[in-house]
Amino acid sequence: MEKRELTCIVCPNGCHLVVEVEGKEIVNISGYECKRGLKYAEDEIIMPKRTLTTTVKAEGGHLPVVSVRTKEPIPKELLNKAVYELSRITVKPPINVGDVIVKNILSTGVDVIATRALYSK
Amino acid sequence: MMEYDIVIIGAGPAGLGAAVEAYEKGVRDILIIERDSYPGGILQQCIHNGFGLIEFKEELSGPEYAERFIEKVNKYGIKIMLNTMVLNISSDKVVKAVNQENGVMEIKAKAIILAMGCRERPRGAISIPGTRPAGIFTAGTAQRYVNMEGYMPGKEIVILGSGDIGLIMARRFTLEGATVKAVVELMPYSSGLTRNIVQCLDDFGIPLLLSHTVIEIRGKERVEGVTIAQVDENKRPILNTAKYLSCDTLILSVGLIPENELSKSAGIILDPVTGGPLVNESMETNVEGIFACGNVLQVHDLVDNVTKESRLAADSAVKYIKGLLKQEGKFINAKAGSCIRYVVPQTVNYENIDDKVKFHMRPTDVFKNAYISVKSGGKEIMRRKMQRMTPGEMILIEIKKDKFLDNDLHPVDDITFEVEVV
Repeated sequence: MEKRELTCIVCPNGCHLVVEVEGKEIVNISGYECKRGLKYAEDEIIMPKRTLTTTVKAEGGHLPVVSVRTKEPIPKELLNKAVYELSRITVKPPINVGDVIVKNILSTGVDVIATRALYSK
Repeated sequence: MMEYDIVIIGAGPAGLGAAVEAYEKGVRDILIIERDSYPGGILQQCIHNGFGLIEFKEELSGPEYAERFIEKVNKYGIKIMLNTMVLNISSDKVVKAVNQENGVMEIKAKAIILAMGCRERPRGAISIPGTRPAGIFTAGTAQRYVNMEGYMPGKEIVILGSGDIGLIMARRFTLEGATVKAVVELMPYSSGLTRNIVQCLDDFGIPLLLSHTVIEIRGKERVEGVTIAQVDENKRPILNTAKYLSCDTLILSVGLIPENELSKSAGIILDPVTGGPLVNESMETNVEGIFACGNVLQVHDLVDNVTKESRLAADSAVKYIKGLLKQEGKFINAKAGSCIRYVVPQTVNYENIDDKVKFHMRPTDVFKNAYISVKSGGKEIMRRKMQRMTPGEMILIEIKKDKFLDNDLHPVDDITFEVEVV
């Protein structure tokens, strides 16, 4: 049996998690103080996920870029690809907080949403 | 002269939170003064997530967190004066401010809430030898360039200091295509949150060099590289460990300083350790009717805690203008003892305690399986086990009203917080 130590990144508590793994199976998870931590530990062993936060180019708005994020975490290994996809996009006003900028990015089932409003100049 | 019940200086998270709370507690005559052209303060450039887990039970980005409060401020019709710079605050609560529209104006307030936030320590404050080329930025400035203005400061980057903004920017630069060669930290531990080391450095294979510093900056017009070296226990560079890293950009994430020039103009006394005003349990400064909250008071790790503090300051300001905040009473001093860097609030008026007092503090070092012990007159009044403490993570200790009483049921003179290692 292998013991893997993780720091939960869901909240600033940063719980110290210990996951016992047998082959590819999780045998036991300890050290979490909430359900989010348990879920994080499971994901981190099976398929690590991260929320991507970045910006996309904007034209004709009050700002040259608009901040965006994935609505849910996406597989960590797709972060760079997702950033590349988003680097090719230009948006125009009006944009409201929460508007979908890219639907179902890289077929992950996760939308990319605006986190800041964009008004016309 | 314009007159308001409450004037709030700054429309960042602390100012917005205080305004919303004061309105919800029944005050209508509120003015927020903000020097930027948009409310939200530093949150607008903090596009990463992790904000609001305590406040909204959601993981939001900075602009989204700000938006929740801006919406309320607009809905309530609270007045925000944007593009307006406060020049001076007098101890009788007259605010002198200037903007393009009105010129210089004087605004009389019944109560003032200071919410000016903090600023970054610049290069000059840490004295790195070398030339003075372009390509040296503070982390927050670089964050604004990348996330709001749409510019990248460079391609090959070294970051000095491992505060949270430095860690967040290491990931941000990497995602935008730059190479972050190293994050260099003078101390033997990072001052940032552990989760940020995991998701911003470890995820991208960026090395964190603890007990290291930059000892020289090279380049004439533009940064060409930096020399780094390990430091000994007295933080002096060990010269035979010196190593040259070529780079075009040096980012400084070397701490934040509460911005208190205005507080000084009002005769407010500052705590030499926090750099913020000395306050009591109601977040009131030594000047009656002037309150402080957020990073102008103490540099926080979490915006959620700023919001909580802003509510307390606003509640107290509302009580003050209604004449319900007691100015007389028995004052208890809260002191930072062994291995505690500071405690906020620094004094407590026993007469103003409702149920309990929340104290924020930071330890001087990293401790594992230690206790925070609160003592008064040599007697322990409270003890809490802490699995892990680090200077980068603020500690909250709540003390109930009755704990401030001695055996004869009189309020004690002072209480001291200390770390006890077993």
